[in-house]
Amino acid sequence: MSDAFVSLQSLTLAYGDTIAVPDLSLDVRQGELISLLGPSGCGKSTTMRAIAGLLAPRAGRIGIAGRDVTRVPANRRNVGLVFQSYALFPHLTAFENVAFGLRLKRMRGAEIERRTRDGLATVGLDHLARRKPAEMSGGQQQRLALARSLVMEPDVLLLDEPLSNLDARLRLEMRNELQRVQRATGVTMVFVTHDQAEALALSDRIVLMRDGRIEQLDTPEGLYARPRTRFAADFVGFENIFDVVPEGLKGPEGTVPHRVPHRVPGDVAALAWRPGGVRVGSGELRGRVAGVAFAGTTREYVLDSALGRIRADAPAGAERLAIGDQVAFDLPPETACPLGTA
Amino acid sequence: MPTLASRVVLALVLTFLIGPFVIIILAGLSAGNSLAFPPDGLSLKWYLKVFTVESFQASFALSMFLAVFGTLAALALGVPAAYALNRYDLPGAETVRIIVAAPIIVPGIIVGLALLRYLVVPTGVGVTLALFLAHTALVLPYAVRVVSSSLHNLRADMEEAAVLLGCTRLQAFFKVVLPNIRAGVLAAFILGFVTSFNQVPVSLFLSGPGVRTLPIDMLAYMEITYDPSVAALSALLAFLSVAIVFAAEKFLGFSRYV
Ligand SMILES: Nc1ncnc2c1ncn2[C@@H]1O[C@H](COP(=O)(O)OP(=O)(O)O)[C@@H](O)[C@H]1O
Ligand SMILES: [Mg+2]
Repeated sequence: MSDAFVSLQSLTLAYGDTIAVPDLSLDVRQGELISLLGPSGCGKSTTMRAIAGLLAPRAGRIGIAGRDVTRVPANRRNVGLVFQSYALFPHLTAFENVAFGLRLKRMRGAEIERRTRDGLATVGLDHLARRKPAEMSGGQQQRLALARSLVMEPDVLLLDEPLSNLDARLRLEMRNELQRVQRATGVTMVFVTHDQAEALALSDRIVLMRDGRIEQLDTPEGLYARPRTRFAADFVGFENIFDVVPEGLKGPEGTVPHRVPHRVPGDVAALAWRPGGVRVGSGELRGRVAGVAFAGTTREYVLDSALGRIRADAPAGAERLAIGDQVAFDLPPETACPLGTA
Repeated sequence: MPTLASRVVLALVLTFLIGPFVIIILAGLSAGNSLAFPPDGLSLKWYLKVFTVESFQASFALSMFLAVFGTLAALALGVPAAYALNRYDLPGAETVRIIVAAPIIVPGIIVGLALLRYLVVPTGVGVTLALFLAHTALVLPYAVRVVSSSLHNLRADMEEAAVLLGCTRLQAFFKVVLPNIRAGVLAAFILGFVTSFNQVPVSLFLSGPGVRTLPIDMLAYMEITYDPSVAALSALLAFLSVAIVFAAEKFLGFSRYV
């Protein structure tokens, strides 16, 4: 438990007979913003609910701030949770929503007033203190939910897909807001998302989850550049993944000779390329253009080849290919990401 | 543009719904001494007489008492029951729902007879207490149903949010759930009140000497005195019910919950 502020040890989480999370261990450092990233249904919310105390683990231990809280009820854990739906209290004003938890602490009136005002100001809602949640926009409700949790000065703040109900521009704005608040308060945050771009942009570290297990725990840079498994590579945008076999590379359509396999270590099972890592216009491989889409700085091609479908991005300035054209391409070793056997 | 046929249907429906009501109002306005339609001249004397009949005063008080406290008791049981049925995956929840709904399905005559035969006679409980229990049981299904539908619209994560902010489950119920289903609870109260107040078949069996609800008292009165005061009283009660339902609809959007 060296530098672990939140420590999950061999957690097993289940609903009735279905085990959602079989054996999860994770250490979160103090002041860190860590993301749980993974597709829908992989157990992110379940893990959050266990940390918050809303779901009792079948087995394992949960430690927060040096205290074993496995058996501590949710209302005494000092954990904040921002729900995906915000879960604001519709019958109370913004002010009373934020003051709700403080009032339960039997704090003095003036102190409640001050901390509530501060909390609203932190998220830029001081001018809306008397509004009801229904009279606020999605982004404002989101910030209100954040303020309501923050004023409690929780040991850990959990955020379950907090940005998924916002439109694209607001999402970007709230992302920056979250980072700013985290830096200002220094609160330890666990952030759930199924959006890899969001996780990469925000996190100090990312926990990539798959079927209730940790697939890879890494920094955003590490996960982006060096995914270790097929699943991780696919999740962070390596759209061309081919098995390494003695004869070369094997895709769903067939096998082609390739010069890379002779130089990679024995435990590499597959190689992966981002669309941007595929070279279009030269090389030993041949493909036929099956689709093309203009994307501003690049043109995105879908090629049919002896390996199967290839997704390749070419600079927008390069020669323009049409559907049906034959084209040479290359899967260069220097842009390949080696993947393990998992 | 409504067709001729739909206008005719509408007119018939309104005639059958409102017609008897109009007849009763007019019959009560009679200047004559026996219940008749069309009325025998016009006067307000029967409407005024209603307030002077002593047995009506007593039975009105009893009916009021039963409607108010029977409904409150039904809510005291029904709100937690509805909450438990909604929020927890209880074993046998379906059975509980059916049992709770039984008084709506089983004819009142049978409920009344059963209560008389198996509650009042063997245990000798007071008639007033038996009536109170019966009315509570009769209103309970409405309370559970109406409160359930407003709970159904309330997301469970709000309570979890309250718990994470320091509430116990019980505090969360009173601070977060109850304020948000207030309109549903009020609607259930009004529906229960009207149901109880107008209840005849069950009360018929449980009324004893000197202890009668207003509708039963009116029946008894009519057996002896066939004058227009019963029509006048019916009209007044109907106005009271309509006024309550109308106010509920206006202030609460009552029809959403029923
Ligand atoms: N209340 C529940 N009852 C039964 N199974 C559930 C419940 N909530 C979630 N699950 C199951 O647990 C698994 C993980 O769910 P969840 O943690 O919500 O995933 P995520 O948040 O990553 O989308 C899923 O297979 C889901 O079907
Ligand atoms: Mg989820």
